Amino acid sequence: MIPETWYTGLSAVLFSIGVIGVVIRRNPLVIFMSIELMLNAANLALVAFGRRYGSAEGQVLVFFVMAVAAAEVAVGLAIIVAIFRVRRRLSVDDLSLMRW
Amino acid sequence: METLAFVVVAALAMVSALALILKKNPIHGALFLVVNLGCVAVLYLMLGAEFLAAAQVIVYAGAIMVLFVFAIMVLIPGKDETGSDPRRSTRLLALPIGALLFVQLAVILVTRRRGPPVAPVGGGVESLGRLLFTDYLFPFELTSVVLLAAMVGVLVLARRRPS
Repeated sequence: MIPETWYTGLSAVLFSIGVIGVVIRRNPLVIFMSIELMLNAANLALVAFGRRYGSAEGQVLVFFVMAVAAAEVAVGLAIIVAIFRVRRRLSVDDLSLMRW
Repeated sequence: METLAFVVVAALAMVSALALILKKNPIHGALFLVVNLGCVAVLYLMLGAEFLAAAQVIVYAGAIMVLFVFAIMVLIPGKDETGSDPRRSTRLLALPIGALLFVQLAVILVTRRRGPPVAPVGGGVESLGRLLFTDYLFPFELTSVVLLAAMVGVLVLARRRPS
């Protein structure tokens, strides 16, 4: 039986890597994938805490996070495609205005 | 044996996460993210969350990543990041800030107060399903509204406007 601290430690590492990825990359698609990485790290921590306290509620929360993440990815990618259609460029440095 | 498996899977997860943010080509990044999601699914199995492991593979590694790869191939990006970065010095500040965040998370994890250990509940899928359809029935129904709203929103956003 592996202690939960190992899982939460791995989750902290993955979350930090995701934060760094969001800041250092310029491609909105890679930024989006880093956000998915952070969501997964949080999910892993939730499942680990759920096992620590002997309840399945952590897993229920992860289930909802997955459903919301699926919706979020669809909407986010549609927004990126719509921006690309107008701008023909895909760097977040160019996207400083909320209008086009 | 279990420790060895955890170390191997955790190392693979960290390496693939680093490769995701360091690879220039977003397609390579997407494939490394699939590896990472698979590793997390294995960890779910080791934690006794069988349903979530299956859902992780089907929903994340299957549906969501197909959407990502599809979007990357439609948009043909990658050219924007090949040039020199005009804000390189500012962006590299992310490394110390990310390290600081990790230290904070580690301190919280190490110093938090632990309650007495609880015996794990048996039957991963059964207890999850029971909770989902009793205590969490209303949020569960709400997710269907969220998914419907997302579907309609995507259709509106992706529609070609007459110009």
